Amino acid sequence: MGLLSRKATCNSHGQDSSYFLGWQEYEKNPYDEVKNPRGIIQMGLAENQLSFDLLESWLAKNPDAAGFKRDGQSIFKELALFQDYHGLPAFKKALVDFMAEIRGNKVTFDPNNIVLTAGATSANETLMFCLAEQGDAFLLPTPYYPGFDRDLKWRTGVEIVPIECTSSNRFQITASALEEAYEQAQRKNLRVKGVLVTNPSNPLGTTMTRDELDLLVNFITDKEIHLISDEIYSGTVFSSPAFVSIVEVLKDRNLENTQVWERVHIVYSLSKDLGLPGFRVGAIYSNDPIVVAAATKMSSFGLVSSQTQYLLSAMLSDKKFTKEYIAKNHKRLRKRQSKLVAGLEKADIGCLESNAGLFCWVDMRHLLSSDTFEAEMELWKKIVYDVKLNISPGSSCHCSEPGWFRVCFANMSEDTLTLAMQRLKSFVGSIASKDRSHQELKNSRRKFRTKWVFRLSFQSFHDREQDER
Amino acid sequence: MLSSKASCISHGQDSSYFLGWQFYEKNPFDVVKNPAGIIQMGLAENQLSFDLVESWLRKTPDAMGLKNKEGESVFRDLALFQDYHGMPAFKNELVEYMAKIRGNKVKFDPKNLVLAAGATSANETLIFCLADPGEAILLPTPYYPGFDRDLRWRTGVEIVPIHCSSSNGFRISMHALEEAYERAQKLNLKVKGVLITNPSNPLGTTMTRDELQNLITFAIHKNIHLISDEVFSGTVFDSPCFISIIEAAMDSNLERNADVLSRIHIVYSLSKDLGLPGFRVGMIYSNNQTVVAAATKMSSFGLVSSQTQYLLSCMLANKKFTSKYMKENQRRLKKRKEMLVSGLKRSGINCLKSNAGLFCWVDMRHLLSSNTFEAETDLWKKILCEVRLNISPGSSCHCSEPGWFRVCFANMNQSTLEVALRRIKGFVERSRLNYQQNMGGFSRRLLSNWVRKLSSADHREEHER
Repeated sequence: MGLLSRKATCNSHGQDSSYFLGWQEYEKNPYDEVKNPRGIIQMGLAENQLSFDLLESWLAKNPDAAGFKRDGQSIFKELALFQDYHGLPAFKKALVDFMAEIRGNKVTFDPNNIVLTAGATSANETLMFCLAEQGDAFLLPTPYYPGFDRDLKWRTGVEIVPIECTSSNRFQITASALEEAYEQAQRKNLRVKGVLVTNPSNPLGTTMTRDELDLLVNFITDKEIHLISDEIYSGTVFSSPAFVSIVEVLKDRNLENTQVWERVHIVYSLSKDLGLPGFRVGAIYSNDPIVVAAATKMSSFGLVSSQTQYLLSAMLSDKKFTKEYIAKNHKRLRKRQSKLVAGLEKADIGCLESNAGLFCWVDMRHLLSSDTFEAEMELWKKIVYDVKLNISPGSSCHCSEPGWFRVCFANMSEDTLTLAMQRLKSFVGSIASKDRSHQELKNSRRKFRTKWVFRLSFQSFHDREQDER
Repeated sequence: MLSSKASCISHGQDSSYFLGWQFYEKNPFDVVKNPAGIIQMGLAENQLSFDLVESWLRKTPDAMGLKNKEGESVFRDLALFQDYHGMPAFKNELVEYMAKIRGNKVKFDPKNLVLAAGATSANETLIFCLADPGEAILLPTPYYPGFDRDLRWRTGVEIVPIHCSSSNGFRISMHALEEAYERAQKLNLKVKGVLITNPSNPLGTTMTRDELQNLITFAIHKNIHLISDEVFSGTVFDSPCFISIIEAAMDSNLERNADVLSRIHIVYSLSKDLGLPGFRVGMIYSNNQTVVAAATKMSSFGLVSSQTQYLLSCMLANKKFTSKYMKENQRRLKKRKEMLVSGLKRSGINCLKSNAGLFCWVDMRHLLSSNTFEAETDLWKKILCEVRLNISPGSSCHCSEPGWFRVCFANMNQSTLEVALRRIKGFVERSRLNYQQNMGGFSRRLLSNWVRKLSSADHREEHER
């Protein structure tokens, strides 16, 4: 049989990581309230299932959008034939307006600078193909979304060099961490083409501070490299501080029409805000016309279905709807996050304080048997197989400190979350009582020796009674 | 600053194929608003059977409204469905449809089907799976101009042409295969496979059983892959009937069967048969489990919208609809193709005899001022700018002989095709007259004028017919 390519036969698709393995375990034994109440609860999937009713209600009121009709007339033929990689103009307009709305209309976007792709997965890979050669590198702050190992590296041949962030300063990016990462790349003979950040962060659930963003702008200006800001969670910012987009910072610093303006690229998607990962709607936004031109042609390899473009252009053009959706969605996410945080607190588990995303970054360092990744893996396996919760271990996100886990809260019903918290509380309680009985055993052995000594020294009965209490 | 991929022109989009398209966009024909505009005959789209699909849609509103047979909303499930294994119901229907197109002479397993966002994505993904940068794939000429971009741009894989000529109807000979392989070797390129399009774009012909057997023998002998792009398989409107590569592979010696099947990969799409290029539905079919596994993961970069998967799984599940559609669609394609062929014949222009596709491979060698590609480009420009028809010159399809053009017939209505044919006839006649005019000196011109006056009445009438 003929040989296959190295890409097809190696493991650089990154899918042997625990992120995907936990998913597989869940698939074998998925929780169902009725059919499988003791199954594994999926808390490793960053999906937003909280606001479908709002979308369904809009669909019910606007059947023409799904029915290939415009002003009551069928446009089926037009849509069936529409494969222009420039994208449906009405959809791009509605999308950039929505993106601006999410950013409090503090910035505006030009529909000519947006490129549609089949999901953010496609957008990120396409940007890599446009900005880097095989063997070049991008710097990514850790912890980061495990899928990046595949999306950014597999077919592009680009390397990822981590920017190590730690809990000492809430995992924020520092100037020294940036420099250290850059130097590490140099030592490995890798040419750094840019930095890729996810803002709001996956898995942290935090938005970047203005200081961090300034730092990044300074760094990429100094090194003359690109910045990709993956802002797919920008619509999930449910509490303060408000979301500050990288373009806002550039604008505030009067950097439009400078070189750095053309080196900042945004990735967006409707998978997280609107909860529509199945529809495959992603986008690249760039002020560099060459990037836009190349990415547009490359989007041929992953265009968005015209049927879907049309439906969503109608939905996002309804400003009354988008305003209501954004507000209600935020409210529900905030409420659900609070519930998770409170539930974890009851189990004496803390989280990184967060204001966005569909997950919390949970601190289970105190539950580790030792401060090692082996111990983290042990704990993770216990939680997946014994507690039956699929959560994502920090090591799968390349976190430099063991003991952190990403726990999702928006992909299940409230009752299921309650159950998950109960299971976790019991688990922690059982560890505590194991520790307690372990301690008691140690104590009782000591007491026995003392008693014997006391017996020898004529104090028996009194002590024996004390022991039995 | 940017990658070489972004800044170079290896996306292949400076070819005349795309340039003609751009010209058309600036001055498109419209029977009412722009009757003197350019008629698009360079786009291989099937616009003949939308009414059949729309009629089905009207009868099945729930498929569009994302409701199941019980009238319950399946919106939520679809919104969340991003499994790269694809919607099972959709894949089941697709493999049945693919089998039906092949007269049910072969059967497909949905587990071996990988969905992709169009055949463009499917082809690129297959190349990523089968070849490393710097390696090569052999392609018979003439071939679809888009391959220069789809197969090479981001993969870094090279295309080495297998030269076919009109001497034998552009059939692939064993000799041409060997010659191409040797050429690749001389260029220090490792050949990983052969990619054929069957039915052929731009020829509009289906491959013979002999051609397919030759290809299989060649692939085994050289230990390489065989990709059969069968996107036009549902457009076979005339005999001989379509023989898929899989059918030909089944014919071969059973001993080699598993080996043969593991190196054959099919690409399919709903863009040509069903006329739905906007919906981005493509697929790879392979018996090679490693390829299926890798391609499945790669499909993450171009999944099919679940909204679309749902709609089309409902449509293809309606067997009455698919049977009616296939039959009627093929009948209309045949009729339309015959209209083009006879219209061209009346202008003294012949086509390669074809039985499939959405276009004809037209022989305009006799209209060239010289047997060169420069003359072909001259002619193409004249046809684009003066005759105002956007057709695709053979050179853009890497044809080794000048003078051939691909002319599409299914992407316009009948009256527009009639206009196009009249324009061609007018052009051909003017060319003949110009030729006659340029031939002689003064006296010959006088004589010609006198001859012309006598016969002018006839000419005028013919033109207006």
